[in-house]
Amino acid sequence: MDKITLSINGNAVSVAPGTSILSAAQQAGVNIPTLCHHPDQEIKANCRICVVEVKGYVNLLPACATLVSEGMEVKTTTARVLEARRTILELILARHPQDCLHCMRNGNCELQNLTSAYDLRQTAFSKEPRRLPADFSSPAIVRDPNKCILCGRCTEVCSTTQTVHALGMAYRGYDALVVPSLGQDLLASPCVMCGQCIHACPVGAIGEREQIGELLTALADPQKIVVTQIAPSVRLAIAEEWGRESGSLPMEQLVAGIRNIGFDYVLNTNFTADLTVMEESRELLERITTGGTLPMFTSCCPAWIRFAEIFFPQLLGHISSCKSPQQMFGALVKTYWAEKTGIDPAQIYSVAIMPCTAKKYEALRPEMKDSDYPDVDLVLTTRELGRLFHMTGVNPFNLEGSDFDSWMSEYSGAGVLFGASGGVAEAALRTVCQAATGQELPPLDFQELRGMQGVKTAELNLNGDIIKVAAVHSLSNARELAEAVKAGESPYHFIEVMACPGGCIGGGGQAFTSSNQLRACRIGELYNEEKGRILRNAHDNNEVKHLYEDYLHNSDESAVHELLHTHYSPQPKVL
Amino acid sequence: MCSCGEGIKDLRYTALEKMLENYQHCPEKIIPVLQETQGIFGYIPAAAIQQISNALDMPSSEIFGVVTFYGQFHLQARGKNIIRICSGTACHVRGGGQVLDAIVKGLGLMNGRTTTEDLMFTLEPVACLGACGMAPVIMINDDTYGRISPQEVPAILAHYKEKEGGQVWVA
Repeated sequence: MDKITLSINGNAVSVAPGTSILSAAQQAGVNIPTLCHHPDQEIKANCRICVVEVKGYVNLLPACATLVSEGMEVKTTTARVLEARRTILELILARHPQDCLHCMRNGNCELQNLTSAYDLRQTAFSKEPRRLPADFSSPAIVRDPNKCILCGRCTEVCSTTQTVHALGMAYRGYDALVVPSLGQDLLASPCVMCGQCIHACPVGAIGEREQIGELLTALADPQKIVVTQIAPSVRLAIAEEWGRESGSLPMEQLVAGIRNIGFDYVLNTNFTADLTVMEESRELLERITTGGTLPMFTSCCPAWIRFAEIFFPQLLGHISSCKSPQQMFGALVKTYWAEKTGIDPAQIYSVAIMPCTAKKYEALRPEMKDSDYPDVDLVLTTRELGRLFHMTGVNPFNLEGSDFDSWMSEYSGAGVLFGASGGVAEAALRTVCQAATGQELPPLDFQELRGMQGVKTAELNLNGDIIKVAAVHSLSNARELAEAVKAGESPYHFIEVMACPGGCIGGGGQAFTSSNQLRACRIGELYNEEKGRILRNAHDNNEVKHLYEDYLHNSDESAVHELLHTHYSPQPKVL
Repeated sequence: MCSCGEGIKDLRYTALEKMLENYQHCPEKIIPVLQETQGIFGYIPAAAIQQISNALDMPSSEIFGVVTFYGQFHLQARGKNIIRICSGTACHVRGGGQVLDAIVKGLGLMNGRTTTEDLMFTLEPVACLGACGMAPVIMINDDTYGRISPQEVPAILAHYKEKEGGQVWVA
């Protein structure tokens, strides 16, 4: 189609029809400030910070919501434009607490950056903060409504991307507020704790429940042996905490960094990811051969589990009984690992470093005590790990690499794949094929299960039997597939669900994630890492084999089942 | 959340259910549905929002947004008698504030509550009643009281209490 030519600040720019002024300016390298705009969301045009002057229009126009037209003359730097933006900023700041030094978004806040760019040294407006209490009801997510600038990005990700509708806009005008449904606490709402609202928020109004203090107390306690597990996605994003490229910190240096902080033992969630593949593949084959409930959904994502328990209680029988890798790890570290190392499980303080906010909630689920202790004592997000590094002055990039400790850290490429949407399905298919046919898949890679597409599907031919697999990310896509299962119309045998866009690499606990583009970058790095592993299959993991031969096969069968499997219960909420 | 109607079948919820039959899967009808709901209950109870949400296929967080956006909808049960007190400029300079204090005291409203515990009265300050010549002015239901003093308030309230046949309110 013909391009449209317009001028921006006197320079001719040619763009496709239907382009917004904002997008045209971005293509021309002209920066127009935004707050309510988000690259992966609908246009809202409610903050007005992107106003520009367009010849022939009396009023300033919002660049995000105005489409270009032939011959349009746009000016983005006039005194009138800059003055209008300054006033908008001043009005937002009049309602916004000025405690930036104490805010978790200090140095990483869109409002702060704009305030700095627009030289707002003083303001004519008096301060009228809301003075509302912060919401600490959720074990995973903390909301401070005082900091909210009403951009609507959290409500959109919650309602459109996730179809959870836990957050909504309420009241009017000066009193307008983002509130959990019915104005209740977040915990009483259908919030699934995925934490995507945290990434959507341009300011510090939403964050994870910070638990660094609890870790420091445990590290200082001579009676406690602090053992940590790291999830595969953490490494892919942690480098961003130093402004470096995703995935640029090698695993050995990350391990060395965590040791330097003071952790006693560093182990790997990838190990139990491989174990999850073994258990889940066996369960899938068993369901297929014995006429069990199909399709089977994966169970490693706690936000998906909570979503299913709230919105699809009738489908809980479809969910794999396997615990998530975090919780399998927790149950084993205080039983198997304690036995192997001769450490008293009562002394073990089990920490999980996760890309996830919902994992904080999962660890607190009352049934997660199969080691006779809390299986996981504390969950820290990738961001909290970043803060820990900055606080302690440990920079892993400057350290000599270090290996993981023994018994629960060997991992295959399959475990690495857990970080990306489609990865669990791919890892499981490799092992299902081996278990059913005794032969490896040629080739191992399932390209059709990779990438940022919302719903991906693949088929595996097992001696003539076709196994149909789907992998979805974002709960809106999961809802669609779950509705089909509910209606008895799903053609699949196995459905992998990841609540967060892109999978765990885009998890609610990751380094602040401004767009799906960054998620795609991390996914690219993940497949690079996977390709580099000598072991690609979960069933080739020697430590996992040893765990089965030396421990699980010698233990009482029901005890083994308890350690590695769980159950789900409906959670009625006002939807 | 409101738990009235639990255990015993509350006729108001039966009426709500019947009304909602006409609006299945019609989120665009949310305003008339809320108006009819308020007609049934006198306000919009949280449990009713859940039922409306199911019937209209509309998330309760969105319904809550609509309910709180419009002044005509109320989330709390309201009193039989609605007292509207003018807080406009004319009433303010002629002592509307003291009249308000007297009503709050006369009704025993504490901690910012606007409805009495026995659901007899709801107090609503409004921007202007359009009767500045009679300032300070209040309206109780459809009756207007102009140029009133704080001293007259207890007797006026007592009148509405007596009308209900209950005991006279003693401030």
